[in-house]
Amino acid sequence: MTVASAAPATPKQPRRAPRSLVLLWPVLALLFILAFNLAFTPGFFHVEVKQGHLFGSLIDVLKNAAPVALTGIGMTLVIATGGVDLSVGTVMAIAGQLTVLLMESEHYHWSMPTACFAGLGVALACGIWNGILVGYVQIQPIVATLILFVSGRGIAELISNDNLTAHSVPFQYLGRGFLFGLPFQIAIVIFVLLVVGLLMRRTAAGLFIESVGNNPVAARFAGINERFIKLLVYSFSGLCAGIAGIVVASNNANADPHNTGLNVELDAILAVVIGGTSLLGGRYSLIGSIVGALIIQAMDTTILTRGVAVEWTLVVKAVVVVGVCLLQAPKFQRLFRRK
Amino acid sequence: MNKFTLSALLVLSLVVGCSKHDETKPASVTTQSSASTESSAGKVVGFSQIGAESTWRTAETDSIKSEAQKRGVDLRFVDAQGKQENQIKALRAFVAQHVQAIILAPVVETGWEPVLKEVKAAKIPVILVDRGIDVKDESLYATLIASDFVAEGKMAGDWLAKKTEGKANIVELQGTPGAAPANDRKKGFAEAIASHPDMKIIKSQTGNFNRNDGKATMEAFLKSEGKNITAVYAHNDDMALGAIQAIEEAGMKPGKDIIVVSIDGVHDAFQAMVDGKLNCTVECNPLLGPAAFDAVDAVTSGKELPKKTIVKDELFEQDKAKEVIGSRKY
Repeated sequence: MTVASAAPATPKQPRRAPRSLVLLWPVLALLFILAFNLAFTPGFFHVEVKQGHLFGSLIDVLKNAAPVALTGIGMTLVIATGGVDLSVGTVMAIAGQLTVLLMESEHYHWSMPTACFAGLGVALACGIWNGILVGYVQIQPIVATLILFVSGRGIAELISNDNLTAHSVPFQYLGRGFLFGLPFQIAIVIFVLLVVGLLMRRTAAGLFIESVGNNPVAARFAGINERFIKLLVYSFSGLCAGIAGIVVASNNANADPHNTGLNVELDAILAVVIGGTSLLGGRYSLIGSIVGALIIQAMDTTILTRGVAVEWTLVVKAVVVVGVCLLQAPKFQRLFRRK
Repeated sequence: MNKFTLSALLVLSLVVGCSKHDETKPASVTTQSSASTESSAGKVVGFSQIGAESTWRTAETDSIKSEAQKRGVDLRFVDAQGKQENQIKALRAFVAQHVQAIILAPVVETGWEPVLKEVKAAKIPVILVDRGIDVKDESLYATLIASDFVAEGKMAGDWLAKKTEGKANIVELQGTPGAAPANDRKKGFAEAIASHPDMKIIKSQTGNFNRNDGKATMEAFLKSEGKNITAVYAHNDDMALGAIQAIEEAGMKPGKDIIVVSIDGVHDAFQAMVDGKLNCTVECNPLLGPAAFDAVDAVTSGKELPKKTIVKDELFEQDKAKEVIGSRKY
């Protein structure tokens, strides 16, 4: 609506919509999915209090979107520099596996916080490895992160080839607990988002990242240490994947080296892209990526709640994704504006 | 950064990735000692195993090894490290060693014809265990010994029919779409409940054979159907364990408010039964040793075997779980 009124006012078609409008389409897409459910899925909006916390499909959407939202936050910054991180899914598996092993194995029996920090530490190390390969060795990001994408699951299986059960109650709180009646996972996402948002706004980091993505050569001539910025964003993406891995292990009270984080990298990239961040780098939107993660999860939950036949789920998902992407494509938008 | 450093780093990363495989010993023939030759046995049998990728497979290997020892069979065991070429090498080595029979757990379905023709020319019978192969000439192997996934699904369905007296609103957690166990376990269960008009599958979705997806799917089922659900049928234990968590988080008691049935019989499932959260599991039996050597004895004494020998799978309920949990091998 705002676009329609703003467009004729400017004489030249602006190459990019103003910042405030980036969120318009993803939010509209999310509202569309919710409106569909309001109309056709009885009980989707039903929220009740059970055992002192909120219970309902909407709460599920918020909770289950957390892993993709967390990896999506890291992915947003990576994509903003014009890169991509394919290794987030396997890094999740590594972090989850190591954390639970250190806590539960009779061999180590670490306390929950130390084990979690160890898990985050190894995830950070994975991120640093990616950052060095991309920033300093200057390997193409897709190839550099492919290395951990392939070998990461092997590393997780090497840590322990078994499904490990996490009995620790404080550990289970991370993924299964509730804060103010809402799943604690939501609090984790908000916390990470706030920290990153503040860092990007209050320091020049956000500007540096965008300039590296827009034009790395110009950024270097302007005195920005482009390599270090890349190292930074990949390290951060690794850390985010580590948090996501621990959250998933906690939610399942179980670490699974074979399945944790499987295909999450694809969902994270999708969340970032439908959230309005260009894969070419430059402008990015953290909130957009969160909305993107919510769109994906709302779609998944809708499919499961409505009981779409298994053969159709992926097709339905693809149709919605195509729709959302079309909505955002400038050419497609112009098609309607000309009428 | 020069090319050398780059390639060094790449090599390093590959080494990290592959170390899993380097750790285990290279494929080698180990001979199981056979003390006596006076029994009906004294036979030399080759066993080509896929590898040791899961606890299920290790249990299968142990079962065949210990049965060989029990019967005084001289077992030549080769671990193929998950590679078909190693299995083919092993089969050729068995021919050279003049074994009397070969047990083969094939890693893939295709590409066995040339080597099996060599084996057939040497007049050595081949017994396949747990997986089939795709060959035009069925005379290349004597028999396949495996579980029947359809029968497993049927057992689960029959048990549920008895437990609920033919009245249940069931939600089904399917395995990975397209996987043989998922298709067959779905089919078997559907067959079993077909004769009970009051047993309905009200929702059926995939949980991809893992705990995380099983839990997420069950969460959605609980929102849309809620108290309407009387039973969960999961195609494997992991999904059932995920569903159990979802049921608990919805403030209900799994195993009581909602009956949970699954298939596989892994250790965690037995623990869940002891805790009263899982009602029953149909074991997909990896202990194929006895059946495999029965087949060896039969074919070496000239008997014809059916092309497929079905292993009896056993159903475990909660009270039995308590007795056997200590002796579970996998």
